[in-house]
Amino acid sequence: MFIFVLLKVAIRSLYANKLRSFLSMLGITIGVTAVVAMISMGSGAKALVEKQISSIGSNLLIVLPGATTSGGARMGMGTKPSLTLSDTKAIEDLPSVFCAAPIWGGVAQVVYVNQNWSAGVQGTTPSYFIARDWETEEGRTFNNSEVKASSKVAVIGKTVQKNLFGGTDPVGKIIRIRHVPFTVIGVLSPKGSTARGDQDDVIFVPVTTAQRKLFGTTLPGVVKIIIVKARSRKLVKMAKREIGNLLMQRHCIRMGQDKDFTVRDLTEITSAVRKISTTLSLLLGSIAMISLIVGGIGIMNIMLVSVTERTREIGIRMAVGATTANILMQFLIEAIVLSIIGGFVGIIFGMIASLIMAHFMQWPTLISWQAILLAFIFSTGVGIFFGFYPAKKASKLNPIDALRSE
Amino acid sequence: MTLIEVKNLVKIYEIGGKKLAALNGISLNINCGEMVAIIGASGSGKSTFMNVLGCLDKPTEGQYLLEKTDVSTLSSDELAHIRNKKMGFVFQTFNLLSGFSALENVELPLIYSKMPKKMREKKAYELLHEVGLSGRENHHSSQLSGGEQQRVAIARALVNSPDIVLADEPTGNLDSKTSHEIISIFQRLNTEKNVTVIIVTHEQQIAEFAKRVVILHDGKIIDDKLS
Repeated sequence: MFIFVLLKVAIRSLYANKLRSFLSMLGITIGVTAVVAMISMGSGAKALVEKQISSIGSNLLIVLPGATTSGGARMGMGTKPSLTLSDTKAIEDLPSVFCAAPIWGGVAQVVYVNQNWSAGVQGTTPSYFIARDWETEEGRTFNNSEVKASSKVAVIGKTVQKNLFGGTDPVGKIIRIRHVPFTVIGVLSPKGSTARGDQDDVIFVPVTTAQRKLFGTTLPGVVKIIIVKARSRKLVKMAKREIGNLLMQRHCIRMGQDKDFTVRDLTEITSAVRKISTTLSLLLGSIAMISLIVGGIGIMNIMLVSVTERTREIGIRMAVGATTANILMQFLIEAIVLSIIGGFVGIIFGMIASLIMAHFMQWPTLISWQAILLAFIFSTGVGIFFGFYPAKKASKLNPIDALRSE
Repeated sequence: MTLIEVKNLVKIYEIGGKKLAALNGISLNINCGEMVAIIGASGSGKSTFMNVLGCLDKPTEGQYLLEKTDVSTLSSDELAHIRNKKMGFVFQTFNLLSGFSALENVELPLIYSKMPKKMREKKAYELLHEVGLSGRENHHSSQLSGGEQQRVAIARALVNSPDIVLADEPTGNLDSKTSHEIISIFQRLNTEKNVTVIIVTHEQQIAEFAKRVVILHDGKIIDDKLS
């Protein structure tokens, strides 16, 4: 009840000094705007990273072949044709592995009627789409019997569809890859771009078809890489170990000898990327916090000036019966009102700022309620913290000294 | 009945390392319903005396009993309560809150006695009417003349029905006609409502309105007479 009277008194005196109140509010407003915008920006960037990471697929491992040695010169990772289709099958049978898919492919010119386009053509098995959680937007993906029969069927990515077919439905149409006619049976849903380029600029065909009819090889059954999905996140490490042991056994490699393959854990990369984005948003947030504290110091400054300027008013109030607690509360409430209003305006500005940033940077807009709550609690806290000293100073005045001051 | 009992009051100010006795051993009794004028030249300690009587300032030495209670034993909150309920102040410079209306200024003591808003306003209206300011309730102090401002200050002093009204040079900033009007308000208050009125002034004519005149000189009472 009484607190409302004090609140009214506080608002009255803030209103009486409009410009000064506005300026000290501005400090808090800028601070809160920065906090909300920075945290939103951080979580937006994080969400973008998450989206890219999940577009690659979860719990993935990649098996790469080892390096060849040609005339004493080692040719680099992945040049030795050491991985085979039967390796893939053996890996798929491991208990910790959910599925494994081979990849054999290259870049080829693709023609549809009078349109042509150059795209990556990857030969694989149905497991690939499962491993990467990739679904079709139209039509279907190929099945195991089509792989066995090396059927001339193709599943195309969104970018290929746009460039070859424009707006028309490609399912059932015939495209020519290196002059070989393929029936389009499906279009994959778009995955977007990663650091390695457009994931949708791709055509998938059965691995057997790719090997026999498109990118012939002298070593039948050899694959470029094997993509492996572990049964769960916890099993990724075990899968890595199991694959290593299995391939050493299959390739007759003894302990201590050079391996002709490498197993890479993609979850290690994703967790590193996640850590970076978390650190980044933490950094941005703490910089914004500093500006909030600077705003708080501004409030303290103004409140100190206000106390000095209104010493006489304090004296009058004390003479008519205000207790020290009354005076303390009055000035504290003034500081809190200032920072709450400043904080509220800051939240609105911060939301607008993060919407604008999200729009220009094409990030997912993420205005987190936690950030808003945090900013609000912080700005109120700043008001209490920085308002307390001036308020205490006001309440400790001796009534007669306060009354005599000019 | 003795309302105020002051024994050997001393107030020493230290200015630039020098000790200056504003009050130098004052002993005085004031009864309920008295109208006392305290007069003296400037620097005689009369304002200091008034501030001590009003619980705004504390004496360096001596005893001040207000209704048999030793004021020096009270906490600052208890003193605030006394100022709120038992005393009303009228100052030379009016001391109204600028930016607040006459009504709001009069309401001020009632805010600190936590009276509900409706009652507060009713009381403040009554008091402004009593000092002859009906219809000017919403005027700000800058829109009022000196005499009117002092009337608002008197209304504020009286709004909590105090036992004592302390006026420090209440007519110091007013012309003689307005001074008489203000003094007659105090007189009426004293005779009709039996409020104890203590007026500090340096003007002999003003002092003549009081029944009792106390003359201060260099922090000492040199004369205390009934007229």
